[in-house]
Amino acid sequence: MKTVVSVVGKDSMGIVALVSTKCAALGANILDISQSILDDYFAMIMLINMDKLNVEFTEFVDEMEALGKTNGLEIHVMHEDLFNSMHKI
Amino acid sequence: MLSRDDISETINMIREENLDIRTITMGISLLDCASEDTTRLCDKIYDKITTTAKDLCRVGCEIEKTYGIPIINKRVSVTPISIVSQNRDSGDMVKIAKTLDRAADTLGINFIGGYSALVHKAMTNADKALIDSIPEALASTSSVCSSVNVATSKTGINMDAVRLMGTVIKKAAYLTKDTDSSACSKLVVFANAPEDNPFMAGAFHGVGEGESVINVGVSGPGVMARAIEKAGKCDFGELADVIKKTSFKITRMGQLVAKEASKRLGVPFGIVDLSLAPTPAVGDSVALVLENMGLEMCGTHGTTAALAMLNDAVKKGGIMASSYVGGLSGAFIPVSEDAGMIAAAESGALTVEKLEAMTAVCSVGLDMIAVPGDVSEETICGIIADEIAIGVINNKTTAVRVIPAYGKKEGDYVDFGGLLGRAPIMALNSRSCADFVNRGGRIPAPVHSFKN
Repeated sequence: MKTVVSVVGKDSMGIVALVSTKCAALGANILDISQSILDDYFAMIMLINMDKLNVEFTEFVDEMEALGKTNGLEIHVMHEDLFNSMHKI
Repeated sequence: MLSRDDISETINMIREENLDIRTITMGISLLDCASEDTTRLCDKIYDKITTTAKDLCRVGCEIEKTYGIPIINKRVSVTPISIVSQNRDSGDMVKIAKTLDRAADTLGINFIGGYSALVHKAMTNADKALIDSIPEALASTSSVCSSVNVATSKTGINMDAVRLMGTVIKKAAYLTKDTDSSACSKLVVFANAPEDNPFMAGAFHGVGEGESVINVGVSGPGVMARAIEKAGKCDFGELADVIKKTSFKITRMGQLVAKEASKRLGVPFGIVDLSLAPTPAVGDSVALVLENMGLEMCGTHGTTAALAMLNDAVKKGGIMASSYVGGLSGAFIPVSEDAGMIAAAESGALTVEKLEAMTAVCSVGLDMIAVPGDVSEETICGIIADEIAIGVINNKTTAVRVIPAYGKKEGDYVDFGGLLGRAPIMALNSRSCADFVNRGGRIPAPVHSFKN
């Protein structure tokens, strides 16, 4: 199962490291990262493989959102199927 | 591989444009609860609902978390209560309403629909008892929603029932006079009521349905308004394409959630309702969609045409996105629940008469319209009869949810808070229709209903 993680917030040093370290700790394997900065705002979209997750999926969602909150970022986790069903026939 | 643009588009729809799943509604049959003893009947109803839907809220929250889509409401609809409660008086009916309310409270859902009667041709004793009990039932419960089907294209309009509803609505308004006559916001009068509608206040689990079913309603006016704004100046053909594509995406999301909820709950998937359902949130407005199509304000000349095109294109896009489409499926135009409609009504651009014309081309009807509290019962019957006639003649669902706000007059406001929103009291035609609505009997079915 794959999941899309989006990260948005004011740019600062080490955001990619922060998020990817957390992913690794929870057993989430990053397959793809796309990142950009617009007007001081950082935006990153990651595609993540969740097959070897070492926590429950809902716990992963909570952990990522909490990580966002403590670091002034908006982190959202969304199942890949949502995008596939909305954008592919 | 997913494209970055597609991902960004979906995230924006949800985070910025208020896209959500408006409701996952579980329909539950109560036919097997029938019992001669009212206490026994109430116990069986309570047990059946709280057992069948015990996981509804938990599963709804899980799906919300997995897909990152807000699921605003989890609700239950049941078999029309008058069918499972024959041989009872109004007092017994109110007890059943309180049982439904208690079950809703236990489940943690915000509305339970099905305190209903289907009287499109005539009334049984139980139908009459239920209708008579509606004001007290709604005034003494918080989650129960009621609906009465007074007409179909096949049977014509039961004007005796219409006349009765005028009295019921006024009484319900009086009994909840301290809360802006809020009981009326939970009461719908229908023509051609659908049996699988997930939206309140008109949801009930039809007799043609199975034991239980999952029906889903999506929202999406905010997404539609933004898509049309982005399309800029284009001709109607291109505009229709933009609406269809957007509707397809919204509906696919609904289909995904409906299938997933059905799988996790072990309850069959029924339908996705394609209706664009607004909220009072800024931007999440059907009026704004129409205004972005090129109207200075919703309600001006051209509004009916814009709405007709919108509704048709939404269906064309949505039908391909779901295996089963049903319910009401159209654009909702409730006044109090739509910031753009409220603004249009305040400015005088949108009148009750224009709203009535708009309902001929969209679902559902005169919805959440606040009118002066001193309006006569007969005038309310006239409003209902007009709206119901549009549905019967055009073979579509129409409905009336009108609030004669006790003690208030034109220019005042009612405020229900939350999704039900606030509305200015709108002016009505002051001429009487009493002699017409008091004739009694049934308006015969239209000639084009004889298709056999």
